[in-house]
Amino acid sequence: MTRFFLPVFGVTALMFAGAPFVIADAPYESTMLLVQKIFYFHVPAWFVMFTAIFISGIWSARYLFKGDRNADRVAFAAAEIAVVFGLMGLVTGPLWGRKAWGVWWQWDARLTMALLLEAIFIGYLLVRKYGGPGSEKLSAAMAIFGMLNVPFVYISVNIWRTIHPKTSVVPTLGPGMFGAFWFSVIAFMLLFALLMHLRVRLEQQRAALDDLYLAEEP
Amino acid sequence: MTMLKKLSVLFLTVLLTGAPLLASQPPGGAATDGFVPLDSLPPQEQLPAAPLLVTAYAFVWVLLMAYIWSIASRLRKVEAEMATLQRRTPGAAGR
Amino acid sequence: MPFRVALLILKKDFLIEVKSLEILSTTLFFAVSCLLVFSFAFVKEGSPVQDAAAGILWIAIAFSGTLALGRVFERERYGETLRALLLAPAPRPAIYLGKLFGMVLLMFTTEVVLVPMVALLFQAPLFSRPLLLFVLLAAGTVGFASVGTLFAAMLVRARTRDIMLPILLYPVTIPVMIAGVQGTSALLQASPDEAMATMWIAIVSTFDVVAITLCLWMFEPLMTE
Repeated sequence: MTRFFLPVFGVTALMFAGAPFVIADAPYESTMLLVQKIFYFHVPAWFVMFTAIFISGIWSARYLFKGDRNADRVAFAAAEIAVVFGLMGLVTGPLWGRKAWGVWWQWDARLTMALLLEAIFIGYLLVRKYGGPGSEKLSAAMAIFGMLNVPFVYISVNIWRTIHPKTSVVPTLGPGMFGAFWFSVIAFMLLFALLMHLRVRLEQQRAALDDLYLAEEP
Repeated sequence: MTMLKKLSVLFLTVLLTGAPLLASQPPGGAATDGFVPLDSLPPQEQLPAAPLLVTAYAFVWVLLMAYIWSIASRLRKVEAEMATLQRRTPGAAGR
Repeated sequence: MPFRVALLILKKDFLIEVKSLEILSTTLFFAVSCLLVFSFAFVKEGSPVQDAAAGILWIAIAFSGTLALGRVFERERYGETLRALLLAPAPRPAIYLGKLFGMVLLMFTTEVVLVPMVALLFQAPLFSRPLLLFVLLAAGTVGFASVGTLFAAMLVRARTRDIMLPILLYPVTIPVMIAGVQGTSALLQASPDEAMATMWIAIVSTFDVVAITLCLWMFEPLMTE
């Protein structure tokens, strides 16, 4: 990954610099017009969050059952990134909904699930920070439960609230929008890879620092 | 802690700068106030979209920049600490 | 063998509890206090707000359950007995199961008091379909307690356990809460919606199976130092 870091960084930077133009160029959606453009970074942010959650869950399981310390670092990094991108989605979503639905917030399946996953992974970070000894394992359990909770929350909220305004949430993408959307998704995914790399490196350096301290005091 | 603090400060800043932006929108009649059932809204609500879009865009950029900056500063701190430690105990580096 | 160990642990906890009744009495009184507080919020002009009873019942169960979880493991921590338990030549999953049985039993006892009180104080026809309500309560309690027992056992060593337990437990058990509240309010309608309640029971039961399997599977690596 270190070898690829600079090229990937360059491509991502270029894509992010070009993204405003690509998004501005994309055709207007017929009913929501301008505000629909939030879509181009709102949905990719959720893609990143879900990828991060699954990485966090699976690597947590690897840590728990195989005792691989590096897997724990990956899970931690992914959890933190999931919270950051979840916050992005949770803030941009209501801004879009205000215009498209007329309300800031709807208790529909997707929104509720997003809020809950955000809560679970904030819990993960909190227990990591303040949980004391053994918190890595507890947070790993949290990540696994968080990952497995996805279908349950989705199903239960879907039955609880079946008023999802389907017309506005997933617009059938026209050819121009399609390109712009996947452009954004790829840009966000590359960014995710870069952030993961940096964040995992931070954890590895921290572990190395701990080892140094241990080596100093026999 | 520092990271959480930074994030919360950032969040508040965006909220505080975003609120006047949103507040400056011309009120589009009673329909835009508070929670209104979906079906009672007029089909083309006259709520300007630009401030919403700009706020969303600005938030994403500021959050990303802040997060990258936070990772970088934490990394710098850890590496600086490692350097001092290695200077203090030259033997430990080789171990 | 594992099942026998689990029953032994249950017996041990039961005998300790019977001597003082400390956890049961405090949990019960806490649950009743919760109901009283809710009654000030949700009873307007002498009659309860519509559909409040289901939510009140389940929130009271969750709150008192959290409290009980904390107390049960505080006792183990105080006597350093959890370590002794883990050192014993017993399979780890059996220890988890024993603790889970105890927890479920404790929560059931609380519910035996809570449900009639909710029915009485909030004029809720909770006993119109007693069997369905019982199954729903049982499934919900097992789901809540299964995750809760695992987290509480892990938090024994943490200084911040009192605050960490609800922070971790509530988001994870939200599906149980949604299903419990929705299933109960389906039963509370003027004409109870049995199909709806059965479906919620099915959802919670699936959650139970997944959660217990996962907990049994994780307890071993989680409790190994």
